Order: sequence, then C-alpha cells, then structure tokens
Amino acid sequence: MNKRLLILWVPLIAYLIFLVVASLGLNRDQQQVVQSRMIGKPVPGIDLPAASSMKPALSTKQMADGKPRLLNVFASWCVPCAAEAPQLAQLAQRGVRIDAVAIRDARPDVDAFLKRHGDPFQRIGLDARSTLQFYLGSSGVPETFVVDGKGIIRYQHIGYIGPQDVEMLMQKLREAET
Amino acid sequence: MIAEAGLAALWLAALLAGAQLLFAWAAVAKGNADALRLIRPVTVAQGVLTGLAMTLLIILFLRSDMSVYLVAANSHSMKPFIYKFAGAWGNHEGSMLLWVAVMSLAGAAVALFERGLDKRTHIATLGAQAAISLGFYAFLLLASNPFARLDPAARDGQGLNPLLQDPGLAFHPPTLYIGYVGLSVAFSFAVGALLTRQVNARFARAVRPWVLAAWILLTFGITAGSYWAYYELGWGGWWFWDPVENASLMPWLAATALLHSASVLATRDALRAWTIMLAVVAFAMSMIGTFLVRSGILTSVHAFAVDPTRGSFILILLGIYIGGALILFALRAHTVNEGARFDPVSREAMLVINNLLLCVILALVLIGTLYPLLTEMMGVRVSVGPPYFNTIIGPIALALMVVLVIGPMLRWRKDDAKLLLRRAAVPGGLALLALIAIVGLSSRAVGLLPTLGLAVAAALALASLAPLWKRNLLRTPLFTYGMVIAHFGCAVSLAGMASESAFSSERLAAAKPGDTYEIAGMTVRLDSVMPFAGPNWTAMQAALTVSKDGRVIGVAHPQARFFSDPPTPTTESVQMTRWNGQLYLVLGEALEDGRWQLRIWWKPFVTFIWLGGGLIALGGVLALIGRVRRERRNSKAQASAAAAMVAA
Amino acid sequence: MTVLASTRQGPKRKHQRLVLVALALVAMIGGVLLAMSALKDQAAYFYTPSEAQAAKVEAGKAIRLGGMVEVGSLKRGPDGVTVNFRLTDGKASVPASFSGITPDLFKENSGAVAEGAFDAQGVFRATNILAKHDERYMPREMEGITYDPKTHKVEAAKP
Repeated sequence: MNKRLLILWVPLIAYLIFLVVASLGLNRDQQQVVQSRMIGKPVPGIDLPAASSMKPALSTKQMADGKPRLLNVFASWCVPCAAEAPQLAQLAQRGVRIDAVAIRDARPDVDAFLKRHGDPFQRIGLDARSTLQFYLGSSGVPETFVVDGKGIIRYQHIGYIGPQDVEMLMQKLREAET
Repeated sequence: MIAEAGLAALWLAALLAGAQLLFAWAAVAKGNADALRLIRPVTVAQGVLTGLAMTLLIILFLRSDMSVYLVAANSHSMKPFIYKFAGAWGNHEGSMLLWVAVMSLAGAAVALFERGLDKRTHIATLGAQAAISLGFYAFLLLASNPFARLDPAARDGQGLNPLLQDPGLAFHPPTLYIGYVGLSVAFSFAVGALLTRQVNARFARAVRPWVLAAWILLTFGITAGSYWAYYELGWGGWWFWDPVENASLMPWLAATALLHSASVLATRDALRAWTIMLAVVAFAMSMIGTFLVRSGILTSVHAFAVDPTRGSFILILLGIYIGGALILFALRAHTVNEGARFDPVSREAMLVINNLLLCVILALVLIGTLYPLLTEMMGVRVSVGPPYFNTIIGPIALALMVVLVIGPMLRWRKDDAKLLLRRAAVPGGLALLALIAIVGLSSRAVGLLPTLGLAVAAALALASLAPLWKRNLLRTPLFTYGMVIAHFGCAVSLAGMASESAFSSERLAAAKPGDTYEIAGMTVRLDSVMPFAGPNWTAMQAALTVSKDGRVIGVAHPQARFFSDPPTPTTESVQMTRWNGQLYLVLGEALEDGRWQLRIWWKPFVTFIWLGGGLIALGGVLALIGRVRRERRNSKAQASAAAAMVAA
Repeated sequence: MTVLASTRQGPKRKHQRLVLVALALVAMIGGVLLAMSALKDQAAYFYTPSEAQAAKVEAGKAIRLGGMVEVGSLKRGPDGVTVNFRLTDGKASVPASFSGITPDLFKENSGAVAEGAFDAQGVFRATNILAKHDERYMPREMEGITYDPKTHKVEAAKP
C-alpha cells in the first residue's frame, strides 16, 4: 500500500521540477535586462567630430559640468531611432539636455535625419567606427544613457524610448541630480 | 463612462466569484442550505457581468475610444471594422479578459444545464471553477487592467501593424483560448469529483461534453494555425515545432487522451484515477502553453508582446492550481475505488495504449520545448528544432495510428486475438498493397517514415469505416458517426503529411519576364512584375501563368508587399489548389540586373493535412451533438420513469 | 456492472491496477530517456560566431549560428538566388552563404539565425535562415529594417 501511495506523488514531483526550471528561467531573463556593467562608472572620455553641419562636436570629457543629461546613441539608418524622436523632443521641451552619438553615420544623412525627425540635441558626435559605443558597452541603436553632473552613468535604457518611458527617464534624471 | 462601467462589472464579478467559492465551501463542507440555494444564481450573475465587461471592451474598440490606453496602444481609427473588433482580444489584457469571460460563462452554463452529476460534486465543481476564476480576476484587476484610461487621450492609436491584420491571427488565439477554458471546466469537474470522492461514470458523462467542446476548438485552432503559418510565412512548411505551436499542441494531446479515457470511464467505469490525472494534466498544459507564450521565456518566430512580470503571475497561478490539484490527487487518488476490469485484448486495453502513446508524445514535446531553457541555465545554448521532433515523434505518432486501426475493431472488456487478426486482415492487406505500390512505382527514393505513413493511412482510412460495417446506417447513433469521421480524418491528414514530405518538388530561380519553369508536369511562366498599391501598402506584384499540356490553368499574383506604417515588408505567397495538390508560389527580392527571385513548390495532396484536421473537428462536433442529445433523452426518460413510479 | 465489480474483489483486481500504473511509469520513463538520448544527438547546437571559432566546430556538423549580418557583407551571387554574407557577434565574424529566398527580416545589421554546417573551407553553408527578433534594441513591430520616408522604400541598413 505504501509503495502505491508514493507513486501517486510522482506527478507532483515532476511538476515541481518544471516549476523550478520555469521560475529560474524567468528570473534569468529579468537579470539580463537589468544587468549593465557601466552603471556607476564615468562616461569614457573620447573626442568625437561633429556628426552634423548644424551642431557642435561632442567631447565626452566635458560631460561632468554639474548637471545631469541624457546621452542618446542613435543612427540615421535606424528606424526605431526615428520612432523615438517625438519622445526625445518631448524630453527636450521639458528642459532635458540631450547629447547624442551617431553611430556609423555620415554627415549628410544625419542632417537629413534631423530635418525629418526634429532636433532635440545639444551636441552630436560622429562615432564612425563605433568606438564610443564599444566603450559604453552599448550593443545596438538606439540606446540612451542617463549621465549625472559628475559624468557618471546612472542608467542605461536599451532600445527604443516609447511614450511610456518618458516619465521613467524624467524620474531617473531627477534621481541623478542628487 | 463605458470603461468605468466595464471595470466596475469586473470588480463586481470578482466579488461574486469570491462569494461563489465561499458558498460552495459552506454547501459542501457544512451542508449549509442557504449557500446551496444561492450558489447557482451567483454563478450565473458572474457570467453575465464578465460577458458584459467583454462586450463593453469590444464597444470601446469599435468606437476607437483613444482615451483608453488599451485601445490607443492596439487599435487605430483607420483600421477595418473587423480588426477593430478582433483588436479587443488581440492583446494581452483583452485576451485575459476574454479568458475570464468565457470561463465565467462556461461556469454559468455548468450551473444552469448540468443535471446528471451528483449534487455535492456539482457544487464542488462550481467552487473549484470560482477558485480558478479568482486567480484570473486578480491577474486582470491588479496586473493588467484592460480599462485603464490614458490622460490626455491619444490623437490616434498605434495599432496598425499590418502583420496583425490577418483574419487568421484575429480569430486563431480566441479559438485556442476558448479551448483552454473548456479544459479548465474539465479540471474543475475533476477537482470537484476528487473532493467529494465521486469519481465514476456519472462524472465522466458530465465532463465529456466539455472536453469534447474544448478538443473541437483546439483541433480547429491548431489546423487553422498550421494553415495560417503555411500561407502567411511563405516558407512552404506547415508545422515548424515552434514554441508557440507546441504550446497549442500540448493541450490538444492531453485533451485527446482525456477524451478517450473519459469515454472508457463513461461506458465501462474503468480508468478512474487515470482520467482525473489527465484532466489535471490537460489544464496544466493549457496554462503552461499560455505561460510559455506570454512570458517570452522562449524565443519564437511568432512575435508576441512579452512581459516577464506577467509571466511570473501566470507561473504563480500555475503553481497554486496545478500544484494544489496534484497534492489533492496524491492524497485522494488511493481512495478512489478501482473501476471495472478488462482483458489485455480489449478495446479498453487499446485505449490505454492510445493514452500512453499520447502522453509519451506530450512528454517528448514538452521536454523538447523546455530543453533550451534547461541547458541555458547551465550555460549551454541549444536550440531544439524539427530534426529532434520529427525523428522521435514521427515513429511514435505512426504507432499511435496503428493502434487507431486496431482499437475500434475490438470489443469492450474482452475479445479474441484470433478474431482480431481476421478482422485486421483486410486493412492490413491494403497497407501492404500500398507499400508495394509506393516502393515499386515511385520514381524516386521515398523516406521510410513517409512510406509507412502512406501505408498506415490507407489501412486506417478503411478500418475507420469498420464501426459502420453491417449496421443499419439510419439507426447508427450520431456519436458513432462522429468517431468514424474523426478517425477517417486522421487517415486523411496522415496521408497529406506523408505525401507532402515524400513527393514535394521545388524550383528556386532568378527569373526575368518571359522565363518559364517546369514543375510536376506544369509550366510556370513569369509574365511581368508590376507595382501595385493597396490601402496601406504598396507591392511589387508578379503575374505568373501556369499551364499544363499547353492549356492555361490559371494566373497567379504573388506579391512582395511593403506596408508603410509601421514600415514592414511581407511576402504574399499564392497557393493554386488543384485536386491533387497545391502549387505554392513566392516572389522574392528584386536583383540589380532586373531579375526577380522566384520560388515554386509543388506539394502533392498537401491540402489533405488541413482537410483531415477539419474532418477530425467535424467528427468531434457530431459526437458532441450526439452525446448531448443522448444525455438529454436519458435524463428525460429517467424523469418520466420516476414520475411513473410516483404515480403508481 | 456494479454487481460484477463487487464480486470480483480480490488479489487479481489490485494486480491489474498495479500493472496499469507500472505501464504508465515505464512509458513515461521510456519517453524521458528517449527524449534525452535524442536531444543529445539531434539538437542543433546554437553558436555565436566567436563561440563557433573557439570551439572549432567540425565541418559538416549541423548547428545553428546566430549573429548580426555584418554591414556591407551581404552580396548576392550571379545566379540571383545565392547570398553571401558574414555573421558577427562583435568579437568574431564568419563567412556564410545561403541559397534561397531570405526571410523578410533578413537584412544587414540585423540579427539572424542560420541553420546549416561549415564546409571544409570554413564557410557556413546555411540551409535555412530564421530572421531573429532581437528585442534588445528593436521594437518588435519594426525589426531589422530601415525605411526612407520620402521614397517609401524599404531597404537594408546603410553602412
């Protein structure tokens, strides 16, 4: 009789194994999203030439000027970058200072991109060989970094900034003031 | 106001579900008479309220009310009417609301129409149903409110994604969802029966229509989904063993097993604990399927919006319900008396083998689907694809089909092996003939599995008709026809699969207008490639003339489409259906020198795959109607017999 | 029926139930073992280009190779149906070729998973290409494509 009772628990045990695997899998996913090794470290100092004829060049060494800002990594050839332009414009309107890095881009293309999708940026550096992108630990475009007044990266937003992300970024910028 | 009304209806329904659970407990455990009287009205009211909430959400979508977040995120004022309508459930929140609505309406139906079941088991079933609903209400109201407002309102919606504007995609998920919900009802019945220790033939007869209904929808959903992937993706395949596809296949496998074991329990009062177990497994599979698809834990070629927190929520629900049911099973199953006995050579025994094979296939699919997850935790990235599934599941599925040939020929309880051999001789001979014909006549080497598949399909087609042999066809009950048609459908589908994999031919070319290609005795000529404009897309459209023996059969217009908002290229393949197969035409990219990529497949009898699926579902429908009618007649007969006794 | 059942109480009855349970257990264990052994030889292993180079994947072994299609590397052969390209993961890049109509989302600088095997020259011969939905930096609705709003032309990413 005892043996048969044990057998009845077999399905439950098999099921518990599934639950453990699934929950571990879920947590693994979340960790991947949060993980960013650059948070808390200073922006690598690199001088980049101007990516647009309308904007000054970007030297990331000058980022530590006491005020937090966004550093947007984009490219004129990237569709989601165009899609996030309205959100960046909204942020700029609310007084956020945004610097940008154009990855593997060409000046006429960036000019055309700014004309088409608006220009919320203060400075745009041209990162023709993805040097800064590499040092930033950024894996694609678009990505946006929240940099505090001391030039320290406080937050990395991977991917497109949707309308739902604007408030979150504002909050991160406020946090970066302290 | 509509959105607020919807939300209020949902909250009220959630409260009623709580009341329903409480009353069920009071009625079953304490024997409270008031609770007993109240539980049915409460269940029905809850069904009406969630039905109302779902209707209100649909109205919000139809009116394109952009002050509601869900509408703004998933709809667009310019969308065609039908996609606004379907948009209501084409997203996470809406689909969860649909799930809850169908579940409560099913609960109401159980409360209103279930007559055969023991009273206490009936109430316990409603209680279990309420417990499941409560979890989903919590999920909806706390983690995914479909009626959330957007302030300020959006100017227009964001949901014009052309890939989602497809009749297949609009009606495929709800079909599967309703099927899943049907399995939740079966699960509630199983929990109710375990709680009151009433696992018997009456339980099986009560649960069978629900399993049948769920199974019909799942069959239909899987068949339609497979056809959708076939024509929409333009890859020429009809099943990709993708996690999303597996998520719908696993509940179907469990439901198929459950259907057959419930049949044994209903007619022969055997396989009691096993049927309960399968009811739990079937619902577990539908929740695991939902979890896999919604949590994004596995990457899939079918894009779905994913969210890990929602995944955690579904996982918690899964843990509570299925874990709880399995604990209950472990504690109670040994108190379930063993049912009637049967011989190793009997229909029951064959159904046991059918069940075991189905469960093994289910386990193989589940393991194959979860394996990447398992190894990734150990740091090895593995992807499990068709080579795994086809090579190990193919032979077992074929064995299952052989059992299907033999099973219906056997008598219940006990049969003679010698007689079986005599009965199986004719289909067996036919299979042998088919085998010889394929090996002897085919001009090319045909794989072992497709060859055997065609032979078994021939035997099965004949054997599936055996239950009608020497019977008065007018007097044969509807559910027997249902079984015959469903089993015949298996043969048709199997023949289609085997033929497609054995005899397909393919041409891949870079063509300029005027070029012709020969395939399967037909000539395909590229006449022109011209631009073409649709409502929200532009396309390059090819004109291909297909002719056979100098006679034009038809003109096909495959397209390479570009949708403008959001910019998305898609391939619109064209299938030309002939009686003996389909010509599958895909226009690829333009080349610099003015030529166009062209892909042409000839797929003999490929349509049989879905025709068979349709027949299986039709068989299910006939069986359902037949069973429900028989039950009603029986309960009427019982009522009049009781009345006669009283009168006497 | 119940009469029959109640008269058949006895050791044989329990016996049948045990046989069924044992059968179910054997079938399930057999299924799991079968799955495990099949997964060992059948699962196409997933490599990134640098992993494939580090592991020195032997020629002819069926694998899946996942990476980004290197910008500027996508070239179509003269027959119009063969494409040559390089897959990269940032650390290493391997040459690959594929004959057939590529998926809609297969473009330069977008993620792709190719199924196939390396040939003796170290070129990855893909038999199948799955465009990858890389949600890490593309919203799912508009993956791996660029689009010129003026001409409404959808095209591969410019280098």
